Amino acid sequence: MSSRSRWPLWIVSGSAILFLIAPVLLLIPMSLGSAEIIEFPPSKIGLDQYRKFFNHPAWQSAVLNSLQVSVMTAVFSTFLGLLASLGLVWGRFKGKGLINAFIISPMIVPLIVMALAFYISLAKFGLLGTKLGLVLAYTPLTLPFSVLPISATLRGFDRSLEHAARILGASRFQTFTKVTFPIIRPGVFTGAIFAFMIAFDEVVIALFICGSTAVTLPKKMWDVIRYEIEPMLPAISTLLLLLAALILVLVGLLQRRVARRMTVG
Amino acid sequence: MHYKSTTSSLWHRQSFRQLILVIPALLALFLLFIYPISSILIKSLFSPDFTLKHYLYFFETPLYSRVLWITFQISVLSTLSALIVGYPIAYVLRRAKPGIRNFFLLAITLSFMISLLVRNYSWIIVLQRSGVVNTVLTYLGLVDSPFKLLHNKFGVMVGMTHIFVPYIVFPIYSVMMGIDLNLEKAAQNLGATRWQTFWRVSFPLSLPGIGAGALLVFIMALGFFITPALLGGRKEQMISNLIQIQVVDLLNWPFASALSVILLLATLVVFAIYNRYLGVERLWGGLKT
Repeated sequence: MSSRSRWPLWIVSGSAILFLIAPVLLLIPMSLGSAEIIEFPPSKIGLDQYRKFFNHPAWQSAVLNSLQVSVMTAVFSTFLGLLASLGLVWGRFKGKGLINAFIISPMIVPLIVMALAFYISLAKFGLLGTKLGLVLAYTPLTLPFSVLPISATLRGFDRSLEHAARILGASRFQTFTKVTFPIIRPGVFTGAIFAFMIAFDEVVIALFICGSTAVTLPKKMWDVIRYEIEPMLPAISTLLLLLAALILVLVGLLQRRVARRMTVG
Repeated sequence: MHYKSTTSSLWHRQSFRQLILVIPALLALFLLFIYPISSILIKSLFSPDFTLKHYLYFFETPLYSRVLWITFQISVLSTLSALIVGYPIAYVLRRAKPGIRNFFLLAITLSFMISLLVRNYSWIIVLQRSGVVNTVLTYLGLVDSPFKLLHNKFGVMVGMTHIFVPYIVFPIYSVMMGIDLNLEKAAQNLGATRWQTFWRVSFPLSLPGIGAGALLVFIMALGFFITPALLGGRKEQMISNLIQIQVVDLLNWPFASALSVILLLATLVVFAIYNRYLGVERLWGGLKT
């Protein structure tokens, strides 16, 4: 598409890309303002907002809660997802398609419905306002996102390597830990990262069930966005932007590894 | 795509063992998905005896019919505007040189990965009374008093479009990758103008991608909560916002449950259409299960 007469198309698609990233990138210069109110353009430049964020006990505990919940969710969901993927990709039993659809079905249920469902059922067990409650709610939600990359990786795995290991005398367990798992590991990590990200960013369910005792970062941000003007928010947003970029690089590297291992294997 | 092995007899014996591997996930889903969903169904129908009064109340109250209509309206409009923004991106992606394609893909993926709250918040900064747009317009002397761009339908549409564009681009792009660009050249060699080539050749061939993306986005839009709550006014509250108000402010769990069941059913109906015409595996683009 080199011809110069295509310029209207370039303008349209370029503006669309600008629409996607410009508002978010705008938060970076905004985060450097030191004033007590959010101004555009910022009048005083400095890292005050970042310093305030890292020294603020309430925000610290929100970040800590979010990290704990998201890591727990990722571990839980990746463990269940890995087992299920092994069974679903390699197994040959009836109803496989149905089970697959069932595992992925939490993806299409609106979050607000899940939120109310967990609000009502966690209340019965006294789990409202607990981190465990959040982990339990996020597990079905993240399961599809850990199963998808893991099964995709498994499908590219050459099982004759396992046969070879077994013939050479490895036990079934050894074969898995020494041969299979190291090769599919990048796919498993990708699944774990997805699960982590979803749990780390989730706000609708958190609004309903985290109460005042297990406040997560998105919940705290929600309250601030909704009810007050907080000059720290652009700085927090910039940090989350960096996290997204970091995750993007990480997933990119893992995908490349998957591709390489598959061709070597 | 199942594993095809010549030593299948060895692995046949294992099929039952492999079913066992799926059981923990199934158990978790029954406890943490089926049970909670059924508990809202029960809550909406029994209080404590069987009753349909919460559903009747919903359909008989004009205010709620209005919410249903607004939900539908915003979902359709945001799907359309995401298509309008997303389609040219996918079209250019298919035809651009690798450098530009990679830059576009990076921008879309980054936007897709950034926290939903941050994306909505960035629009508050841009659109509010003292926000970027109004500051620039006033500075340039184009307006006397700031525009109201937030807490109205415009704000909700902008915010939702922004979130849905990647979901539109990826399916259309993956369908376009399967289109042979020589078809366009052939049409032009046969005398079609560029415009005719697009409407008669390229566009019809990309329709499956449009359908997949649009239905996916429509499903998401129906139950969307964050954007109408943050960027909308009182008149743009969708059914999901109504559910939250019923639970948090009015403590009316049975009615909120009935609303949830209605929303869930509506979503499932759209999904059934999706599944019927496009197949569930389209949902994850290249990743087939």
